[in-house]
Amino acid sequence: MTEQKDRELYYWLCLVREFESRISALDKQGKLSGGVYSGKGQEAVTVGFCHALRKDDWIFPLHRDLGAFLVKGSDPKRLMAQIFGRRDGFSKGKDSYLHGGDMGNGIFGATSMLGATLPVAAGMAFKFKARGEDSVAVAFFGEGASSRGDVHEAMNFAGVHRLPVVFVCENNFYAYSTPNNLQFAADSLAERARGYGFKGEIVNGNDLHSVLDSARKAIARARKGEGPTLVECKTYRYHGHSEHDRAEYREQEEVITWESRDPVMLWEVYLGMKKHDVEAIRTETAEKVRRVVEEAVAFAEASPPPEGPEAMDDLYAMPIDTEVP
Amino acid sequence: MQVTYIEAIRQAMEEEMARDPNVMLLGEDVGVLGGPFKASAGLQEKFGPDRVLDMPISESMIVGGGVGLAVQGMRPICEMQFIDFISCAFDQIVNTAATLRYRHGGQTACPIVVRGPSGGGVHGGLYHSQNPEAWFFHVPGLKVVAPSTAYDAKGLLKAAIRDDDPVIYFEHKFFYRRIKEEIPEDDYVVPIGQAALRREGRDLTVVAYGPPFHAAMKAARDMEKEVDIEVIDLRTLLPLDWGTIKSSVRKTGKLLVLHEARLTGGVGAEIAARVAQDCFEDLDGPVMRLAARDTHTPFAAAMEDYVLPNQDKVTEAIRKLAAY
Ligand SMILES: Cc1ncc(C[n+]2csc(CCOP(=O)(O)OP(=O)(O)O)c2C)c(N)n1
Repeated sequence: MTEQKDRELYYWLCLVREFESRISALDKQGKLSGGVYSGKGQEAVTVGFCHALRKDDWIFPLHRDLGAFLVKGSDPKRLMAQIFGRRDGFSKGKDSYLHGGDMGNGIFGATSMLGATLPVAAGMAFKFKARGEDSVAVAFFGEGASSRGDVHEAMNFAGVHRLPVVFVCENNFYAYSTPNNLQFAADSLAERARGYGFKGEIVNGNDLHSVLDSARKAIARARKGEGPTLVECKTYRYHGHSEHDRAEYREQEEVITWESRDPVMLWEVYLGMKKHDVEAIRTETAEKVRRVVEEAVAFAEASPPPEGPEAMDDLYAMPIDTEVP
Repeated sequence: MQVTYIEAIRQAMEEEMARDPNVMLLGEDVGVLGGPFKASAGLQEKFGPDRVLDMPISESMIVGGGVGLAVQGMRPICEMQFIDFISCAFDQIVNTAATLRYRHGGQTACPIVVRGPSGGGVHGGLYHSQNPEAWFFHVPGLKVVAPSTAYDAKGLLKAAIRDDDPVIYFEHKFFYRRIKEEIPEDDYVVPIGQAALRREGRDLTVVAYGPPFHAAMKAARDMEKEVDIEVIDLRTLLPLDWGTIKSSVRKTGKLLVLHEARLTGGVGAEIAARVAQDCFEDLDGPVMRLAARDTHTPFAAAMEDYVLPNQDKVTEAIRKLAAY
């Protein structure tokens, strides 16, 4: 990889982290009213997959994948306005956090219903295939969501039609408080792929190199018409399920173990081994991402909150009068 | 003893589990965590992981599995982490549970309770604010309850657990810690199918449940000098307590129905239609309804407030009806 690519990837890791840290801080200060689901610790998964995509590819991020928006091309300012529930956010304040997608950048907004995006991704992939387009759909989901019927239905259909879709499972070992052993009995979720007739693999989701490698191969396969892939990325969320969750269901020892495999830190080690000036890159990047986030917050705070009657907008293509006097 | 609405729910489950070894709880994060709102705090410790079951994220499994358990004589409480996710179990509720007794010609009961936090007013956005009771109100074979006090939260949950039919229990999350009241120490149930006449009045009847019920009570007190309002707290939505509703309307001649769920196709529509037909001779004004506007419950505060009923809207609606 060129030095420029190395730095670029580092920038994305740091931007995502800075963005999320700021959101957590804003939440603590009481400046946000909705739930905040920090993806801190899982940055390499979304950075790796989204960096390997083209603009005309589509992603289906899960509730923790704020980074996916940034790397796929969303304007940080609009993303922050979305989180503030302001008019300049993707959903114009109609819903919170990542429920508003950014269609112009190929980002589908998820509902809260876990796993519900996967059938949508498969449907989209069917269109790509049927119309001979070489775009790819990438659907992220948690290992908890993997227990939903929708996930099974999507994978089955994708297998039947060998669709250009990549299913990325972010296995962070806990679905809220529920550990893997109460969620599924198989050794890995990747194994399930065989039952659907496509390839599955396990990846170290904290190691950006591994994620990138797996992402590039899976996306290339999909693009070439070789069908879906299920990639299980093993990773860890540092924060609780949401900022309200103190995560007392897990041992501090476990958290520390994972923090010692931090994706940003690992990338810095790599930069150092390549004899880049890590100190200089760190300082420069920190300054850059701080500025981006600062501007995004300023923009979001200045963006007007929606007014009451806007609640009736965007329901139908042609507005219908539901309130006949 | 003074308890919050959520504590009343927790106590109902705890006491029923202690009383009857067949009662159990199935849900996501109900065990070690005790639920996101602590509705089941301490229950797994007390009754073990086979009776307080931490489920995979599988709402259809939670309810469908509940039916299987029920056929074997168990009395499962199926928790939806938020009631919005009940849509993921819709088939099991309306097709498996609601028809179970019917399609087996009465051979079996289906004593399951499906419960979870419903309602808006907390900036929860589209998927943490829903009031989907009307979807189930339309389904024969189900019972639907929606308590608005801590006393009823406990008594109705106990009644639901002891009931031999599937009961959908809507607990309004806005009430969880905002409602705190004195309830009896001793065991009691609130029978399903009975509304509560909370305030007697001569001029008009307000029938309500959920947060608008409390707005109606406040309006009735505040407007005491202008208008004498009778307030009925529905408590059970299916089956409706027509006796209480109709005898009140026959007395006052005016009816306003309030709920936080959407207007079109809501529970209020059924009440209005029946009252218009059956109490036609007694009515001195149009049967009126106030409910959420016909849109989703949006996240941003001003929009949410615009959509949901609130104190001002309730007061205004009462004034309008009183003027007839
Ligand atoms: C169908 C459905 N059921 C329950 C929930 C409540 N809920 C939100 S996130 C969550 C845990 C999700 O775990 P996982 O899929 O592993 O993703 P993670 O949060 O660990 O990233 C739960 C139970 C939901 N959003 N959707």
